[in-house]
Amino acid sequence: MSLRVLNGFKFSSLKTPVHRLDPRAKFLLVIGIIVPSLLFTNIYLLAGLLLVQVPLLMVGRVTRRWVQSLRAGVFLSALIFVVNFFTGPLVNAVALTLRFLLLMTTFSFFFMTTSPDDLGLAIDKVGFIRWLSRRWLGYPNALSFTFTTAVRLVPTMAVDAQTVVDAQRSRGLELDKGNLLKRVRNYIPILIPLLLIAIRRSLELAEALEARGFPGREGRTSLFELRFKPVDYLLLGISLGGIVLSFWVFFHYHVPTI
Amino acid sequence: MGENGAGKTTLAKQLNGLLKPTLGRVTVDGDDTAKKSVAQLSRKVGIVFQNPDHLLFSETVREEVGFALKNFGFEPGVVVKQVERTLEALDLAHYGDTSPFLLSGEERKRVALAAVLAWEPDYLILDEPTIGQDYQQKERLRNFILQLNSQGKAVVMVTHDVEFVAECNPKVVLMSKGQIVAQGQADEVLSDDGLIEKASLVKPQMAKLFSQLSEFGFPRDVVDVHRAKMLLQERLSEVRVRVAQSS
Amino acid sequence: MAGTQGEIVAAHSLGFQYAGSTSKALDDVSIVIRQGEFLLLTGPSGCGKTTLCRCLNGLIPNFHPGEMSGELLVDGVSVAAETTSELSRKVGYVFQNPENQLFALTVEKDVAFGPENLGLTREEIRGRVDWAMDAAGTVALKDLAPYELSGGQQQRVALAGVLAMKPSVIVLDEPTSFLDPRTAEEVMGAVDGLRRENGITVIVVEHRLDLVGRYAERIVVMDHGRIVADGRVEDVIDSEFDRLSGLGIGLPKVSLLWSLLKRDGLVSERLPTHVESAARMLSERLRN
Repeated sequence: MSLRVLNGFKFSSLKTPVHRLDPRAKFLLVIGIIVPSLLFTNIYLLAGLLLVQVPLLMVGRVTRRWVQSLRAGVFLSALIFVVNFFTGPLVNAVALTLRFLLLMTTFSFFFMTTSPDDLGLAIDKVGFIRWLSRRWLGYPNALSFTFTTAVRLVPTMAVDAQTVVDAQRSRGLELDKGNLLKRVRNYIPILIPLLLIAIRRSLELAEALEARGFPGREGRTSLFELRFKPVDYLLLGISLGGIVLSFWVFFHYHVPTI
Repeated sequence: MGENGAGKTTLAKQLNGLLKPTLGRVTVDGDDTAKKSVAQLSRKVGIVFQNPDHLLFSETVREEVGFALKNFGFEPGVVVKQVERTLEALDLAHYGDTSPFLLSGEERKRVALAAVLAWEPDYLILDEPTIGQDYQQKERLRNFILQLNSQGKAVVMVTHDVEFVAECNPKVVLMSKGQIVAQGQADEVLSDDGLIEKASLVKPQMAKLFSQLSEFGFPRDVVDVHRAKMLLQERLSEVRVRVAQSS
Repeated sequence: MAGTQGEIVAAHSLGFQYAGSTSKALDDVSIVIRQGEFLLLTGPSGCGKTTLCRCLNGLIPNFHPGEMSGELLVDGVSVAAETTSELSRKVGYVFQNPENQLFALTVEKDVAFGPENLGLTREEIRGRVDWAMDAAGTVALKDLAPYELSGGQQQRVALAGVLAMKPSVIVLDEPTSFLDPRTAEEVMGAVDGLRRENGITVIVVEHRLDLVGRYAERIVVMDHGRIVADGRVEDVIDSEFDRLSGLGIGLPKVSLLWSLLKRDGLVSERLPTHVESAARMLSERLRN
């Protein structure tokens, strides 16, 4: 399973209707799909839940990436299938494999179509997180800011990581040689510079933040705001309905696997 | 030389095998880089990266400078000697037992340089060595580079510091958009309007000055202050004599 | 609430020593800067130029602790009486490393960051962001992420972010170190343009005098925490050339050329500080 599976979870910045959905509504949709998929093992239901996301993926124009990530996840799916094949009926194996693919697809869909920015804004609106943030860090938006900054720094740190590896290899460091112990020790000259670069960068960013008036005595007013559109309410309604229905059915009926 | 993104660092990385060509070949002393590892090629080709923080990780400067020597399999006795020699040469001996992280920016740059010079590679590549340095620090660097070169080492500088290059007057390879657009002596290349334009650089002050004095018959390829002075000196003395004679 | 006669910055015997340091980073610094000036601050590494800049926007002593002595007034108010957040409304700071001062996920959000801290209405923030991005020439970049930008673009975005605060003073600490020469000139030109259009006071810390010297009217040279020269660029370079060379300052090559010719008695005028004036003076002499 190569790192390319991570591509299926990376945000792709496009402007599709799916991208424009409020992240909170999308998240509830994700819950709305996960709940029935965890409660039931009915193959038709699982397959249906998986297939219902395909049009969403298509509208979001992320189908190709999703297929790539599925292919990379083949190994794990096969493993799940095989293990269950030998420990239960065939239908179970199929159902559980389907469930794994379903969960992967749902999260993949969510992360590919929701910008980290919007995620940050959504997190910022959650009352509990604001409370926690105020208790812990002093400002209600500190936690969501930490999140967005972390995401912003990922590509930058990736470049730095590559540079450090290049620089140390140019000093004769061979990362693919030696026994396990030696290999682990060989990562010290990679990790220490990275750590220090991260610290230095954080300090510089903090300085820049303060130089731009953070945190401001009146608190922060965000230029962008998440607002629910009618379609979001629709999605919220459907998801909530689905969750409630799932629980009700679960407690009143026994739904077979096939 | 060339603008940011011209491909200078990419080309430099081809020279020690960090990057391998997708078309064509790179050879170092006759060896095809595609067939050798980075560790093997680095014995001959040392790259000093732009930001010393990408290298530094040891507890003391001594350990830092000795790191590559240990990787290349030098004997402990040799390692100690080479480290001391290099520290002396770069005026870092008094920092031998200091943590490299406690040093100033320019000192850390020198430690990075020492870390590469320690194994005395035949070809030394410096990636943007003058960034953030004041004039005195650049002077010291320039003298050091010229000294290294006079000792027989090949020195390749990746830089866009035109004035610094003008003072060293080396051979210059100009790149733009991934291609080499010119090769030649610094004074020829850096005084050529067309080439400067292509590589998105600016002309050194002397070259700019002399291109505005071309009507007086001065050569255009002047980048060095002292040569400029001598050329002007002749003419201005003539003028002075003529003025004296006519009065 | 401006100070006396348009003084935007006034320092009296300002001193500062970083916590844990044994020497003074700033020693008896007195200087007055007027609104709208373009000041070039230079000196060998470690002379205190960055320290002085940090005092202006409160990073000293709030972010870099230490002992401060003497007095520093920005816009008539002592810096000791204000927090960094308050001072950031008056003094904007552009740092040397282009990428490490951009923290949002897109350019537009980054430029909005500053005004978002000021307690303005959403409309006001929107207005400022649009104006600042336009003034700094970054409108086309608005949806890009910081790591997708070139160094020059990053500095322009940083500039926009600072402009959006509508400060009276902008400090730029070696802003072009990482940029190639062509981009460096563009950025400096843009800074000067902004100053002229908006009457902002600009302080640039830079080693390369020829780059900034053509825009700056005034130069202040520091060494070992003290101001050792302060005046118009042409005056200071002409009268203090030898002393400044001794300090290790990188003087413009044309000035050096002229001083060499002058020493041999071949020319007598004041030292030029840029190529155009040198070319003009030489042409006159040679045409005779």
